[in-house]
Amino acid sequence: MSNVTLAKAPRSIVGGLRNSLQQVLAFASLIGIVIFFSIMSPHFFTANNIVSVLTAATVTGILALGTTFVIITGGIDLSIGTGMILCGVMAGVFLTLWGWPLWAGVLGAILFGALIGFINGFTIAVLGIPPIIATLGMMLVASGLSLVISGTKPIYFNEQPDFQKIMNLSLIPGTRFPMGVAVFIVMIVIAAIVLSKTILGRYTFSIGSNEGATALSGVNVTKWKIVIYTMSGLFVGLAGVLAASRLSSAQPTGGMGLELEAIAAVVIGGTSLQGGKGSIVGTVIGALIMAVLTNGLRIISVPQEWQSVAVGCVILIAVYLDMLRRKSS
Amino acid sequence: MITKTRLAAIVGSLSIFVALAGCAGGDAATPGDDGEKPYVALVSKGFQHQFWQAVKSGAEKAAAEFDVEVTFEGPDTEADVDQQIQMLQTALDKSPDAIGFAALDSKAAGPLLQQAKDSNIPVIAFDSGVDSDIPVTTASTDNKAAAAEAAKQLADAIGHEGEVALVVHDQTSVTGVDRRDGFIEYMEKNEPDITIVDTQYGGGDQAKSADLAKAIIAANPDLAGIYGSNEGSAIGVVQAVKELGLKSTDIAIVGFDSGKAQTDAIRDGLMIGAITQNPVGIGYETVKAAVEAMEGKKLESTIDTGYFWYNKDNIDDAEIAAVLYD
Repeated sequence: MSNVTLAKAPRSIVGGLRNSLQQVLAFASLIGIVIFFSIMSPHFFTANNIVSVLTAATVTGILALGTTFVIITGGIDLSIGTGMILCGVMAGVFLTLWGWPLWAGVLGAILFGALIGFINGFTIAVLGIPPIIATLGMMLVASGLSLVISGTKPIYFNEQPDFQKIMNLSLIPGTRFPMGVAVFIVMIVIAAIVLSKTILGRYTFSIGSNEGATALSGVNVTKWKIVIYTMSGLFVGLAGVLAASRLSSAQPTGGMGLELEAIAAVVIGGTSLQGGKGSIVGTVIGALIMAVLTNGLRIISVPQEWQSVAVGCVILIAVYLDMLRRKSS
Repeated sequence: MITKTRLAAIVGSLSIFVALAGCAGGDAATPGDDGEKPYVALVSKGFQHQFWQAVKSGAEKAAAEFDVEVTFEGPDTEADVDQQIQMLQTALDKSPDAIGFAALDSKAAGPLLQQAKDSNIPVIAFDSGVDSDIPVTTASTDNKAAAAEAAKQLADAIGHEGEVALVVHDQTSVTGVDRRDGFIEYMEKNEPDITIVDTQYGGGDQAKSADLAKAIIAANPDLAGIYGSNEGSAIGVVQAVKELGLKSTDIAIVGFDSGKAQTDAIRDGLMIGAITQNPVGIGYETVKAAVEAMEGKKLESTIDTGYFWYNKDNIDDAEIAAVLYD
């Protein structure tokens, strides 16, 4: 019982109000950016371009959803970018080399993501390696294994023509609304429910607020940390499947840097790197802000050098404003 | 307790070092010092991409032919200048008989190139080359001429008028700059009715290039053609057009390099064609030049390794098929 009260502490009335205020502000900045680009270019706010923004946000967004849990516990996961690439390669191995049926290969790749997450959870919670080091190690291991397993060549899904439909299939006839975006939306709902309505979500917050007190109140912190990293790994596996599906090939290179984009989305969304605070809605808004910025700056033809400068400044401003709000309240 | 674990850790890491030293020793001893086979160390701009693997296979072919020992290394991405400098340093430490080098950043490599020169190790530049007078020759594609050919083909395809855009892999490397400038200069000089509306950089990443190509297409609804400056950029453009449900009759695409996704797009008619370099030839010519330099032969300052325009019609010709990679 005591752990339930403990977990509820940060979600008191004041905290709840502050949280929703923060989300309203983040949402307002998103709307502000959208209005800005809509005024700057007539080509920004069109159905086709909105779908393009959502498609671009899907993979990073799904990675960010899982990472939100990890960051709320006060941890971090740097292995999600290259881990995702490795899951895509494993999908290629299962489907193309081993000839598994589509559902089994996809499930296998997602579970492989969970395995990566489990190993992260184990090295962090059981061996006590700091999360940033443990997942940095995993980031390099995954990057290397992708190359080793694929023989440094991309794996093509030519024998599984349905594989590319997972991301690309147009759901609404006559439009270009891809299934991947629908999957993203479903995952948002699932993540929000898990974080706010389940015991897993409650423990995520309470481990992040005060790990020692959580352990003292009888929660098996080690076990739940492993569960949280493993669950984050499921998101990584799914993101890997979608990324490979989009290009109908598993590209063994790359992935590095994607983890930072996902972490930036989480942080812009108001989740504290110190742990204990955060929300799925915030992360989704953060991911959309990143995607809208990148797309909008391109639409109004800002030179690429300046695009990075602008995105970097937005991250700094967003996090600073968030700190000010926390201080004042 | 603590000392015990610490001891175990030390013993563990020591044994790893011993094992590593064993491997390294075996590696270094065979080529140079024994006066057996001459040793040529190649440090490239990449390793993982199919393109570099093709360069490597060309180098190995020449190694077998001229009976020399060749090693081939390259950094993980073309942004890892540090890692490449480290590789060049290691290569020099093994005192090779010649070095083949494709610089990511010629200035950063300056001191090491000077060191090579001082120890009389001939340096052969390849691919994007090295911006320095130390290399005895450069074996590379004339990227500007190749990009101009891509521009000519695109101009033909869109009837010499309309808006075009470029998706380029980066704005700092010599290949990125040459393939951009060669294309733009050709259009400005020869095609008064073609306007270049945008140039964007996707780092050669397919998904990123797809996202930015979609933004370009959205911002320029009358766009007639797009040029992708390397494999990842070109495939990204194809992906963008696919996702937007456009056809080759709406937007003409020309690309660069090969790779299965690109050759498929050309066979399916989504892309009108692409320029291919001759990566096997680059590797081969580099090692061949290294051997000639070791023998003290005089070399031309550049070795053009050639390029080809390929499309649906000639993609299966023996000459083309030999330099395309999947």
